Amino acid sequence: MPSLGKIARRTFLIGSAAIAGGVAFGVYAAQRPFANPNLDDLPKGSASFNPWVIIDSDKITLIATHADKGQGIFSAQAAMIAEELDVDLDQVEISFGVPDKAYYNRAAIDVMAGFPMYDNSPTAETVRGFLGGIVKLALPLMATGGSSAVPDSYDKLRQAGATARETLKLAASQQSGVPVEQLKTERGAVILPDGSEIAYTALAGAAAGITPMADIPLRDPKQWRILGKPMERADMVEKSTGTLTYGIDFRTEGMLHATIKVNPRQGGAMVGFDASEAEGMPGVKKIVEITGGVAVIADNTWRAIQAAEAIEFDWGEAPYPAEQDAHWELLSNTFTDAHLNAEARVEGDVEAAEGEEVVGEYRSPYIAHAPLEPLNATILVGENRVDIWTGHQIQQYVEQFVAEITGVDQENVHLHNMFIGGSFGHRLEFDFVKQAAEIANQMRGTPIQMTYSREEDFAHDFPRHITMGRGVAKVKDGKVTALDIQIAGQSVMRSQMGRMGMSLPGPDAQLHEGAWDAPNFNLPNLRVRSYRTEALAPVSSWRAVGAGPNVFIYETLLDEAIHKAGADPLAERIRLMGHEPSVKVLEAVGEMCSWTGPNIGEGRGRGVAYGFSFGVPVATIVEVTATDAGIKLDKAWVAADVGKVIDPVNLENLAQGGTIFGLGHAINCEITYADGMAEQTNYHDHEGMRLYQCPEIAFRPLEIGTKIRGFGEPPIPPSAPALGNAIFAATGQRIREMPFYKHIDFV
Amino acid sequence: MKFTVNGTEHEVSVEDDMPLLWVLRDELNITGPKYGCGIAQCGACTVMLDGQAVRSCQVTADELEGTEVTTIEGLGTPDALHAVQAAWVEHQVAQCGYCQSGQIMQAAALLDMNDDPSDEDIDQVMSGNLCRCGTYPRIRAAVKTAAKTLQEA
Ligand code: FES
Ligand code: FES
Repeated sequence: MPSLGKIARRTFLIGSAAIAGGVAFGVYAAQRPFANPNLDDLPKGSASFNPWVIIDSDKITLIATHADKGQGIFSAQAAMIAEELDVDLDQVEISFGVPDKAYYNRAAIDVMAGFPMYDNSPTAETVRGFLGGIVKLALPLMATGGSSAVPDSYDKLRQAGATARETLKLAASQQSGVPVEQLKTERGAVILPDGSEIAYTALAGAAAGITPMADIPLRDPKQWRILGKPMERADMVEKSTGTLTYGIDFRTEGMLHATIKVNPRQGGAMVGFDASEAEGMPGVKKIVEITGGVAVIADNTWRAIQAAEAIEFDWGEAPYPAEQDAHWELLSNTFTDAHLNAEARVEGDVEAAEGEEVVGEYRSPYIAHAPLEPLNATILVGENRVDIWTGHQIQQYVEQFVAEITGVDQENVHLHNMFIGGSFGHRLEFDFVKQAAEIANQMRGTPIQMTYSREEDFAHDFPRHITMGRGVAKVKDGKVTALDIQIAGQSVMRSQMGRMGMSLPGPDAQLHEGAWDAPNFNLPNLRVRSYRTEALAPVSSWRAVGAGPNVFIYETLLDEAIHKAGADPLAERIRLMGHEPSVKVLEAVGEMCSWTGPNIGEGRGRGVAYGFSFGVPVATIVEVTATDAGIKLDKAWVAADVGKVIDPVNLENLAQGGTIFGLGHAINCEITYADGMAEQTNYHDHEGMRLYQCPEIAFRPLEIGTKIRGFGEPPIPPSAPALGNAIFAATGQRIREMPFYKHIDFV
Repeated sequence: MKFTVNGTEHEVSVEDDMPLLWVLRDELNITGPKYGCGIAQCGACTVMLDGQAVRSCQVTADELEGTEVTTIEGLGTPDALHAVQAAWVEHQVAQCGYCQSGQIMQAAALLDMNDDPSDEDIDQVMSGNLCRCGTYPRIRAAVKTAAKTLQEA
């Protein structure tokens, strides 16, 4: 029998089957902490109390391992440590640290535990705890995704700060003879009763000899100095002065630049190529084959791209339907028992329920991630060591894949994680890293920076999956009485994990996420079924993953039903909602905009939508005006319950940005395939939102829930249906397909 | 050809059609201007050429002789922020930040021409700069703050 570790690495042990199988292991092993990786080569006189705090005689370093792709977690992690350590952020250096299992993400698994995130019952918590144990033993991955970085960090980083502080106090007590109880700490120093100070840096040597304290009680949030208050993000000055080094800006002695071309029919073969013209072009050093394509190595990125353009290719067929229409047709034939992914939710009896019917079919297209920094990685393959400079959300896998390609032991493969110029899920993929490794492996001794052209980035993106929804709602006596929703889509998780060499047994929860867990406890009849196909284009997690398309389907159908019932869209949603925090966010958003109903005269309309994803209930109201030139977005209001606010300013930025991201793509973006290739090649035909289209956006965070939540993704799902519902209110036109521009003009 | 970047004269010999963006980034290692699209769609590469905001991916080397280029690095520094940069920090505009060099250069150019831009002016001038993270509401606010600072200076 393979070991548990092996099973879990190869088949993600997530979902019902694995739990029912009852894998047993010692609680002790699951609770024992991993060794502190900083101790491996810590210089004498330095102290590292836990994996997150290092102090030596001249500086304090805080380790912030979650990847930062713009969400601000770099700064937030440091702030959590600093709060308890009693240092200010201007006194410390913050580092992404080194990939190590000590930094594994405990919280990312919660969303996959098979229980709605609002379910805090003992059973749900036991399963989450159990899964957390499995993750730690079998798959202790550093990973940033699923809006999990804040929940993962919140307790453990504050604890890291507290244990370091108390250990430093102990060292100060031993040195000064003053009892610990009489010592205080402030701004990176221990304060003695006579007012004199011993800097932490001066205590590093002494503290290094003390076994770090454990289980220090955390401070009441009422005592917080840093957390919960507006902060200046640690990366803000650098990002405003062009001095931050993103992966693409990394420079090192002797480095050459490279770019690649692989089959734009994703996963198709390269039958042949002719690089004779490219070989003689200025600056070209070498042209090499890589998996599925070719790389040009040159002394300048632009020269590499020019030469790559001059290569003639003979590309093989795509392993999926060549034309977009066939994708939709295939999807429309997927609503069958043979393709059933899950009957995810059944309340009451939707078929027997009485009432007038409302029927709709909904579509959500493929969309590209297209973060502004194109994918890139710099790799130096040396004698018995490999260095990688790139930004990635799953760090250890980067090292593992590069080790496999170069044949260098994984322990000698070192990823230096970099700031990322946007991801939206793009930096969960590994192809760009593997390609850079294949190139660097053929150029041993020379650092190679591989950069995608924007066109390659579009052609080789694994986009958001397409989704089709079919719904039947019933209404009676002015109320919605039943929702019956079927969702068909490409399995994102199978597609994505397949590229990582893992298989996913059982259903893919992303195909009903955001619909099956809608907390409409007062709706007597609700059924959500999902259907799965794997025969379409390869796809990947796109910010909010399944909840994006699914909440659009759910909330548009619900809005149609409410309209048919003649009820108020906000009041009826509140009536159906049995979940207290969700009721509160709906009430809050209504209060913020002084809601008086969907029609507010003069061609103006308001739409409301609610979305539950990654544990966060969010309610959004959008206001539009129907003008002669088209729909104009005037305002949006967003309320969400995040449990606890870490930085109100950054949270507002994420609320605005997420709403804009949701709205912009709903209006403007799709990827379509022709001849097996994505037709959209650059931002001119897939731009998201631009400033002139952007409405004013007001945000109100609530702190009701008992758990702290991440907010990178939750603002996305309700934004698109809120806009669609607003357009209906303003014009009477119901739009059931994204992107909306195909059905109505926008200013 | 010879040209000046942030007050320093440089001499480079490259193909006539190499875009300024790549001269800056890969020949001179000035990496503040970013590559986003290469086709004048995103504005991440925006710099000032003889005082005018331009997309550096669209200006070619043969147009550079004798010109003066200012990149984000030449606008202000962490220790001496330009008014626009200070406003960007005050409003905590950046998310991933990758577009912000270009946004800031565009905003600085706008305020050079018009120290009291209306909402419409801002919409018009700043809409060529794409922000995939959606920082537009903060960009609007920061441009107004910077305008005020510059008016008072
Ligand atoms: S890189 Fe020049 S406009 Fe996008
Ligand atoms: S801040 Fe990320 S693209 Fe603008």
